[in-house]
Amino acid sequence: MDWNFIIFSVVKVAVVFGVLMTMVAYSVMAERKIAAWIQDRPGPNRVAPPFVKYIPVLGPFLTRIGFFQPLADGLKSFLKEDFTPGGVKKIYFWLAPAVAVVPALMTVAVIPFGSVMGSQKMVIADLNVGILYTFGIVSLGVYGIVLAGYAANSKFPFLGGIRASAQMISYEIAMGMSVIPVLLIAGNLNLSGIITWQATHGWLICYAPISFVIFIVSALAETNRTPFDFAEAEQELAGGYNVEYSSMKFAMFPMGEYAAMLASAGMMVTLFFGGWTLPFWCLDQPAHSLGMGLAHILVFIAKMLFFMVVFIWIRWMVPRFRYDQLMDLGWRRFLPLALANILITAIALWIWS
Amino acid sequence: MAIIVNRKKLNFWERLYLPVVIGGLKVTGRHLFRTLFCGKAVTMEYPEQKWTVPTGYRGAPYLVKDQDGDTKCVSCQLCEFVCPPKAIRITPPGDSGQPADRANAEKMPLEFEINMLRCIYCGFCQEVCPEEAIFLQKDYSLTATSRAELIYNKEKLLSLGGIAPGIQKWKHKLEEAKAQENFSVKL
Repeated sequence: MDWNFIIFSVVKVAVVFGVLMTMVAYSVMAERKIAAWIQDRPGPNRVAPPFVKYIPVLGPFLTRIGFFQPLADGLKSFLKEDFTPGGVKKIYFWLAPAVAVVPALMTVAVIPFGSVMGSQKMVIADLNVGILYTFGIVSLGVYGIVLAGYAANSKFPFLGGIRASAQMISYEIAMGMSVIPVLLIAGNLNLSGIITWQATHGWLICYAPISFVIFIVSALAETNRTPFDFAEAEQELAGGYNVEYSSMKFAMFPMGEYAAMLASAGMMVTLFFGGWTLPFWCLDQPAHSLGMGLAHILVFIAKMLFFMVVFIWIRWMVPRFRYDQLMDLGWRRFLPLALANILITAIALWIWS
Repeated sequence: MAIIVNRKKLNFWERLYLPVVIGGLKVTGRHLFRTLFCGKAVTMEYPEQKWTVPTGYRGAPYLVKDQDGDTKCVSCQLCEFVCPPKAIRITPPGDSGQPADRANAEKMPLEFEINMLRCIYCGFCQEVCPEEAIFLQKDYSLTATSRAELIYNKEKLLSLGGIAPGIQKWKHKLEEAKAQENFSVKL
């Protein structure tokens, strides 16, 4: 074994995990703030530790934008009573929150979040079958929800779980199919390879816009976001699959959801928007200095945050679908469209090469 | 009778659903922009910004004084009797009690307590008062650290109530009586 590899991998894992969890916390914050702004409200703007009011301008500003809200939310989650209802299936009840979070975190492992820093590639695992791995892991995420619905032993969570599974079979195929043109064009399954291809040929959104549309809609379905949040439809299911959960076990579900959102935003950036590259300021070549490496990471995070905002923005705009409508959309619209897209891309590539 | 609603047949572009989504994003985006950069949030941030209480609002009931600074209440106990939640408690002065502030008034209460925790702001006390001595005023946010603090006594009610100028019934009676006495009738 190469000790260098192990040490650097552990460091990368730790840093990525830390950054991701922070981003998850602040995504929740962003969600609440953007929701508020869209609905003409100021949003959470009160929470601040006592010393903050002595900082002249920055303190009130940070309080105003709700900078400390995630800390309070997290603390509240930890301090709440962790209640296990009487009728639940204990093992699955305890397992479900973990199953909901872990796949979302595992997906991030293959996403290249930067070019190189020093001699290290800025990706935790540079797999040659990166996309296949991602799809394999991402579809595990739904088991967390189905398991939570089943373990709760109560009707509304159960309905939520059923909806989640129905939802999964309808978008997953279309999603997988939608990415195939991207792979055909780039000729590579390795996500770093796809980014390198995009650096020389331009972003794949220009080559495969239909793929992108199908992918973004499927990503919304995959992360259980509104228009497709049937599994936790508050108005219909009293909260859905997570009704019986409390405290940190409950908080794991939103954490998993937001981590999955970040992961799919990262996937979208990687597949369609050139990953860490920008076509100007020489940012499309692997970095030679640490500063450039950092710039690449920041570019990637900025692109990712843009997609997070789009996700949140869409959530506060579109009403929820019925779940037969999603299945109709998945099976009868997107699947044929994705197949046609593959065919057309293949023919076009065959003619042009 | 069945009503047939003619639905417009959507064309291909409309059936794509995406134009509508983009339209919706524009609307929500506009709201976001206005709230964020033009300060158009409709929320009133309560403790800092206060609501303008409209006239005719029924807030907490307080005792009022007349323009001469005298207690108007004559301890008739009608408000105590009419009060639905029994929030008012009046201690009358008794036989050898303190005389009223005002000349010609029979008596005034020794103690007048309103339990603001019981009060339902119905306004019956104001309606029933023959002396116009109690009014529902504009206070809507009464806070205290204990239950006892929210039982307001006469002193507090009078100081919070302020002065409500009105027809000084007793004063006129007094003047009339004096005028009667001084009326020069030549026999």
